[in-house]
Amino acid sequence: MKKTLKTLIAATAGICILAGLALAAEGQKDAKGVSYSFEGPFGTFDKGQLQRGYKVYKEVCANCHSMDYVAFRNLAEQGGPGFNEEQVKALAATFTVRDGPDSAGEMFDRSGRPSDRFPAPFANPEAAAAANGGAVPPDLSLITKFRPGWFGTFNQLANGIGGPQYVYSVLTGYEEASEEIKKEMPEGKSYNPYFANGQFIAMAPPLVDGQVEFDDGSPNKIDDMARDVSAFLAWTAEPKMEERKSMGFMVMIYLAILAGLLYFVKKKIWHDQH
Amino acid sequence: MSGPSNYQPKSALGRWVHERLPIVAFAQDHLMSFPTPKNLNYWYAFGGILAVMLVVQLITGIVLAMHYTAHVDMAFSSVEHIMRDVNYGWLLRYMHANGASMFFIAVYIHMFKGMYYGSYKAPREILWMIGVLIYLIMMATAFMGYVLPWGQMSFWGAKVITNLFSAIPFFGEAITTWLWGGFSVDNPTINRFYALHYLLPFVLAGLVGLHIWALHVPGNGNPTGINVKSSQDTVPFHPYYTMKDAFAIVVFMLLFAAFLFFAPNYLGHAVNYLPANPLVTPAHIVPEWYYLPFYAILRAIPDKLGGVVAMFGSILILFVLPWLDTSRVRSGTYRPIFKQFFWIFVLVCIGLGYLGSKPAEGLYVVFSRILTAYYFLHFIVILPLIGLLETPKPLPSSISDDVLAKKKPMVPAE
Repeated sequence: MKKTLKTLIAATAGICILAGLALAAEGQKDAKGVSYSFEGPFGTFDKGQLQRGYKVYKEVCANCHSMDYVAFRNLAEQGGPGFNEEQVKALAATFTVRDGPDSAGEMFDRSGRPSDRFPAPFANPEAAAAANGGAVPPDLSLITKFRPGWFGTFNQLANGIGGPQYVYSVLTGYEEASEEIKKEMPEGKSYNPYFANGQFIAMAPPLVDGQVEFDDGSPNKIDDMARDVSAFLAWTAEPKMEERKSMGFMVMIYLAILAGLLYFVKKKIWHDQH
Repeated sequence: MSGPSNYQPKSALGRWVHERLPIVAFAQDHLMSFPTPKNLNYWYAFGGILAVMLVVQLITGIVLAMHYTAHVDMAFSSVEHIMRDVNYGWLLRYMHANGASMFFIAVYIHMFKGMYYGSYKAPREILWMIGVLIYLIMMATAFMGYVLPWGQMSFWGAKVITNLFSAIPFFGEAITTWLWGGFSVDNPTINRFYALHYLLPFVLAGLVGLHIWALHVPGNGNPTGINVKSSQDTVPFHPYYTMKDAFAIVVFMLLFAAFLFFAPNYLGHAVNYLPANPLVTPAHIVPEWYYLPFYAILRAIPDKLGGVVAMFGSILILFVLPWLDTSRVRSGTYRPIFKQFFWIFVLVCIGLGYLGSKPAEGLYVVFSRILTAYYFLHFIVILPLIGLLETPKPLPSSISDDVLAKKKPMVPAE
């Protein structure tokens, strides 16, 4: 009987190894393992990085991508980029927002307010597709939560899904395609092995060195901008992350102490039974 | 088990209430003084853990319902509204989503505990069958809950599962249309799933009441599987088990909190943060982890109807488990052969879960078929045969003897 058990364990282990091989063989290339300040149970966002990331988003990404779930007011909230109220008012005012209808039944344009969501660059998905070679640029609010950078049950448990790393890797992962691959490449697409939907991406390389000028003179090579904007997109996807982790830390301590106390209470109560 | 109540009202008001509705006596008999075997181990704490998880899901769910909108165009953004704008909405939603997973972890341990200790054997067959019914309704409730955020996996999961019913001969298509409330998974579907997702937990709460009633008629089983013979064998439920369970519940909450606060999306699917799109099929449609073994069984059978029958059969067979196990000895502790097959069965279930998460191709299908066959063989052939062929180890003479025998080396001479 012991033998049966051992055979079974061996078979299970065999399946796992085969599965590992099968996964490695298919799909996108694993994202580059860049690290961020917000990783791990105590990691927090780097406010300066989020502010720079916002600037990259605004000047580059926002030309084609929407950000439907984030409002300007969020930029001033706890655990975010840490702009102050005045800055947020000024940032919002740089956008024009379609509002209405007014009392005459007409739609009108006004300047943005902190309570507005980030305006979308296109009126509807059809317009977005028409302007972008038939591919709708995905909404970026949640991209670091819906696009994993790597796979594997235990890998993701230890390292997360690698969402920000995915964004970083796509932004920095444009490569010159080999002649072989070029033959298959559709007109107007670029070669990017990190992209999730096949290796050809409709988005042309969006960043060039020095494209966005940071106020504090921070480095602005492609690599720097990709790090900053991927960190910003981690925040847009999970704006309550800092609050969650700090509450979690307190809850864990509370529960651990309570468990310890209950253990001794239980031991004392059961003492006469043992 | 509970004899005449020894509750005595201490005040005039207490007596007045007691004569009209003996609710205090009832509570005292069933929650306080209820005689419980003194040898229960921590595997027996999962019943209490499950009761707590049901309450957690009810409370978080009711508050979430105050902010959620069941409409194909608004469901996804209402969930994001909860995550971003509602006070502690992120906490409520992550509690509810991870709470479902914790609920299933606890229910699986609770069920395996029942299988190992033969908790389903006479006179507890009905107790076990109500438990299986609870599990079935839990699965339906969790499935409909997963559809509500209306992400990609919500939509395509709903499509795959509801499509299973189209395998039913003659009426299949009609039944599927009736379930959808239309000709595809659409707004009527999300609305009815929401209504049922709100209703079924209260059905569950009622069934849990029956489950505890059926438990309190013969009283608790115990790891030796032998009946309570004298008051020497039992302790009052309070404070002995209230405190032991409380400790176990808090330890379980630590696991819950670890996921909730530090890996809140680990047990879900990343692609469900993409709004549902009927025109784009995700690369792999995979159900939540707690359905994976059944998903593997479904896909192991090459015929659609056969797969559906096998999948439902794999759960329904649990209803007749009390009559498939022919052994007179309840507890696996005294059944050397059964014990080994029990652990093989646990491994097979985990293996099926793993295979359910993989695409249905190549070797995965081969292994799925082998393990599916074994799953059914375990119930239909192995269990009845072991019961007849195995020689069980001698049973202790009583629960208190067993407890004393185990403690002896530790008790100093008095």
